Amino acid sequence: MFDIDLWREIFQSINKNRTRSLLSGLTVAFAILLFTILFGIVNGLINTFEEGFKDDAINNIVIYPGETSKAYKGLQAGRRIQLKNEDHNYILDEFGDKVEFMTSRVMKNVTATFRNEKNNYTIRAIHPDNLFIEQNEIKEGRYINQRDINDRTKVVIIGRMVEEDLFTKTTAVGKYLNLSGIQYKVVGVYTDEGGDDEERMLYIPITTAQLVYGNNDYVDMMYMTYNPEMDYDAALAFGVKMEKKLKNRFLIAPTDQRGIRVQNNAEGAKAVNAISFGLGLMALVIGFGTLIAGIVGISNMMIFIVKERTKEIGIRKALGAQPRQIISIIMIESIIITAIAGYVGLLIGVYVIKFSTPILADYFIKDPGVSNALVIGATLTLIAAGTLAGYLPAKRASRIKPIVALRDD
Amino acid sequence: MLKISNLHKSYAIGDSSLHVLKGINLDVENGEMVAIMGSSGSGKSTLLNIIGMLDEADSGDYILDGLPIKNLTEKKAAVYRNKFLGFIFQSFNLINYKNALENVALPLYYQGLKRKERQKQGKFHLEKVGLLDWAHHLPKELSGGQKQRVAIARALAANPKLLLADEPTGALDTTTSYEIMEFIQQLNDEGKTILIVTHEEDIAEMCKRIVRLRDGVIMEDKPVNQVRASQYV
Repeated sequence: MFDIDLWREIFQSINKNRTRSLLSGLTVAFAILLFTILFGIVNGLINTFEEGFKDDAINNIVIYPGETSKAYKGLQAGRRIQLKNEDHNYILDEFGDKVEFMTSRVMKNVTATFRNEKNNYTIRAIHPDNLFIEQNEIKEGRYINQRDINDRTKVVIIGRMVEEDLFTKTTAVGKYLNLSGIQYKVVGVYTDEGGDDEERMLYIPITTAQLVYGNNDYVDMMYMTYNPEMDYDAALAFGVKMEKKLKNRFLIAPTDQRGIRVQNNAEGAKAVNAISFGLGLMALVIGFGTLIAGIVGISNMMIFIVKERTKEIGIRKALGAQPRQIISIIMIESIIITAIAGYVGLLIGVYVIKFSTPILADYFIKDPGVSNALVIGATLTLIAAGTLAGYLPAKRASRIKPIVALRDD
Repeated sequence: MLKISNLHKSYAIGDSSLHVLKGINLDVENGEMVAIMGSSGSGKSTLLNIIGMLDEADSGDYILDGLPIKNLTEKKAAVYRNKFLGFIFQSFNLINYKNALENVALPLYYQGLKRKERQKQGKFHLEKVGLLDWAHHLPKELSGGQKQRVAIARALAANPKLLLADEPTGALDTTTSYEIMEFIQQLNDEGKTILIVTHEEDIAEMCKRIVRLRDGVIMEDKPVNQVRASQYV
């Protein structure tokens, strides 16, 4: 049903009434522009935010031993607390169902040498569960496993950056790496989204470290993730209860803040979730807000346009225009203006976002942007709204008796 | 050509209703030129609007060229208006963003004619009213008399059976009024049936028959000796 004369009529009407067309177009273009920019910025904020929490599992709990600051039960203040393997097992026995993954850690600084390359790194001696707690990805080879723990094997998993630093001419897996005088076999390479420093770590079995660096069963700290089926409040309660039990076990005063610390990410996670939710809600509100503003703008414009054209409609009807012809001429005009203006607004918005990305990066807005589908959806919504907003007044206009329209001077 | 019997029309004004036409009977033959006169509020414009299918009667019969005009759908009314009627208004009612030729050609668009044919016929009618040189001027660039002539050309474009003029000279000075009347008389000479609503005696005298309305009824319906407008021009 392509009627060239109808289109000619419509384009003449748009072209000859430029102010009117421009004004209604501006409403739409501005709505889409705002939509794109605001949504883009919110997306950028969310990106920044999520990046900040990429490193470790979000349901982490860390246990640090320290020095007591209060005398308690005949013991003096200033006593060092030392965690041991039995404490690890105690926690698993006591809270097994609440713990998802758990690793103890021994830390050690070493100098690593491979052929002529040499550098200083930190060893983290761990249990296999560390993989999930640190959210490491295995790039090559394997991770520490239970057999390594049982047999106290001298193996090492190295970070991607370590491989780049030391293994310049060959691959690392299968080679022997000298860590401060002791040879370890490289059995795996891992990556970590937490940044370069996280990829400069060496992981060895904790039992190996305990044997080699002191022949004891000491543990520097413990990491675990709580069962993710627990909600935040249950997780917080779990942390509090565990701290209480540990203080009791080590004879630390309940009010002593230093003897042992349980740092529970559930506190942070609760806030993170709230902020994520808040940002998402903000994006939604902004999106709906601009869309509604646009819809209201278009509706106003259409009502105004029909009002302005009442007399013209009367003339056309007196000359023999049928209601359907009146409706289509007004509606198609509105759709064309909305579509073109929406596209222009979208283009401007996308370019504004694109060119301001480097500037916005200083304000914690990373990679702002809106998916094409979203913006096209928004434009289509506006077109639909414009159509609907145009249809009702156009329908009414088509029903006006010509005599009423013509009297309207 | 036109047969009206016992036509009634009232308008609702708030709670009460105003009885505007109280039983009008009117026959108009082919080739007649009738002036409908009356003071304001006499119902003359309402009558013209009903004849022009711009408005609908409450009761009574209206037969135009053998076709009963009653309970028309909007669509049918539009087709009839386009086919049978040409309108000339006091305030010209040209579409302000279309030039003279486009205005004249508009009824032809609604007849579904091709663009070329519309242009050709539009030019023909503009030439007839002596404005072919002004074909591409917008209404605002034309004088009152010229605008009314464009409007007449537009009314003629669809080759209607009946020409309806509502105070066609109401917005014009005397000299221009007579020029327009001269032209309308010419059209009548060529055989067009014409109805003119006016409240000016001199304009009415230039028709062949005067129908006087008062308070919604016909007071007088008499033939007159036509005064030729050409003698004043």
